[in-house]
Amino acid sequence: MKTQPNLVPTRLATPAGETAAHHNLKAPSRFNTLPVSAGIGLKPEHYQALLDQLPEIGFLEVHAENYMVAGGPYHHYLSRLHEHYALSIHGVGLSIGGDAPLDEHHLSRLVTLLDRHPPERFSEHLAWSSHSGEFFNDLLPLPYTEERLKIVCEHVDQVQTRLKRQILLENPATYVQFAASSIPETEFLSAVVERTGCGLLLDVNNVYVSCINHGLNSRDYISALPCNRVGEIHLAGFSRDTDAAGAPLLIDSHGAPVADAVWNLYAYALELTGPVATLIERDNNIPPLPILVGEALRAQNLLLSRVDAAIEEPML
Amino acid sequence: MNRTPEADFRQALLNPELSAPAGLWAWNGSDPTTRFDVYRNNVIVSLIEALESTFSVVQRLVGEQFFRAMAREYLREHMPNHPVLARFGDSFPGFIAEFEPASSLPYLADTARLEWARVQAYHAMDAGPLSAETLQVALSEPERLPQLRISLHPSAHLLRSQYAAVSLWAAHQDLIPLSQVDPWQPEQALILRPQLEVEVIPLDRATAAFTACLIDGLTLGAAVDETLNTHSDFDLNAALALLLQRQALHVLSY
Ligand SMILES: [Fe+2]
Repeated sequence: MKTQPNLVPTRLATPAGETAAHHNLKAPSRFNTLPVSAGIGLKPEHYQALLDQLPEIGFLEVHAENYMVAGGPYHHYLSRLHEHYALSIHGVGLSIGGDAPLDEHHLSRLVTLLDRHPPERFSEHLAWSSHSGEFFNDLLPLPYTEERLKIVCEHVDQVQTRLKRQILLENPATYVQFAASSIPETEFLSAVVERTGCGLLLDVNNVYVSCINHGLNSRDYISALPCNRVGEIHLAGFSRDTDAAGAPLLIDSHGAPVADAVWNLYAYALELTGPVATLIERDNNIPPLPILVGEALRAQNLLLSRVDAAIEEPML
Repeated sequence: MNRTPEADFRQALLNPELSAPAGLWAWNGSDPTTRFDVYRNNVIVSLIEALESTFSVVQRLVGEQFFRAMAREYLREHMPNHPVLARFGDSFPGFIAEFEPASSLPYLADTARLEWARVQAYHAMDAGPLSAETLQVALSEPERLPQLRISLHPSAHLLRSQYAAVSLWAAHQDLIPLSQVDPWQPEQALILRPQLEVEVIPLDRATAAFTACLIDGLTLGAAVDETLNTHSDFDLNAALALLLQRQALHVLSY
């Protein structure tokens, strides 16, 4: 039995919570298996502090590829922490968005990992990272065409079949657009969700970054998505640059605290998604554990306010 | 419309002098190359940083600027061929050995080999050590002893260097003062992770030669003969006692 910190308000489990007919509250719970709470990315520098302090967070997320090793401290600490926290495994190497067939070896490594540490959730990206046997270690953009949509759906189907579970697909942060693209990103994502039955990992920072970078409205972007299919939200920090014309170019750095504008957009997103598991994503300039836990707490408070709002809304 | 952008991306990602691939645009009409540079930077910098974290002592021996230039050269021919970065860089020590601008530091490649072995030991399969009793029982059967095979712990890696790669590494962990290190002194070490911590265990030349025989799968009889051929001072009992005590031994077979 897991002894997860009980951050999910008990009201959610009461008959009152059960009968709350608000579609935003009910829909995600059909496929969302992460606790409706805030989590943090698990970093080796925090292994011992987490075990010692067991802070009140709802789940931990790891990058799948970091744990595709035979043994050692990574598996040791992940196993021990998974006894206390729900686990989200987040892949960065499947190259689902690429035009090439998925790497069978990598799929097998993933199956092995998910057997060893059965996670409460697995997610991947709408991006590509490998081509012709080379791995680029970045989430690269794809053209949004009918042709590519078909390929991406086949890839998602293949992954869900191999892993025997529904996965979440994350919206990317992008810096360029393809002249060949004929489908807006939100429509592309909606179609993948529709055709494959996968869920969405809504990265609110990625939405903000991409919308600034491409002159789009971030609220419109979110409301164009099937928000009832969001199984997890990511919050992260960005860095600032400018493009060749001097326009702001935001970079999804995962190296800074979540920006105020992203917190505001998160509050807006929660109105559409309902309360949903939310991750503070930090991969660079990793601060001491209490700082991350503090950011998670801030997300947790926003989440709980949505739980309250959802319950108070009259039944439809 | 059959052409997909991946191949164009690859070229442009790895060659900073090229402009962005054709077929890209920005909403404000700006030159997409500046935007494409974000990807270029992510790819190159993240892979260089992956090498830096594995080969941190090498980086300190040559300085950040030199290391980054060397790593960038390496990437031209050795992009990772899978997404598991713990296994990226296996050919970097060999590359360093051949890298002309680093030839004045001949101990650099072996220092890199030691660092690579430490990362591999860190992530190696977990296994319990051989118990003293099991070894004792085997040693008490002299007629079977020459046929005995002793395998090493799955995390075990042996480094045999013509240079003081082990001391150079230790000096950069603040274990010994750098001023005491004579880089031209040959050194040997066993890299091992019996539990959660990786250990670097200095070995004398004879014990290292014997350990190499065990790693190669030789029987005890053949391993001792081979070691005595080159090291007449070899002390089998002392070597076995050390390897047993450091939990470097794994299983016995005949
Ligand atoms: Fe994300």
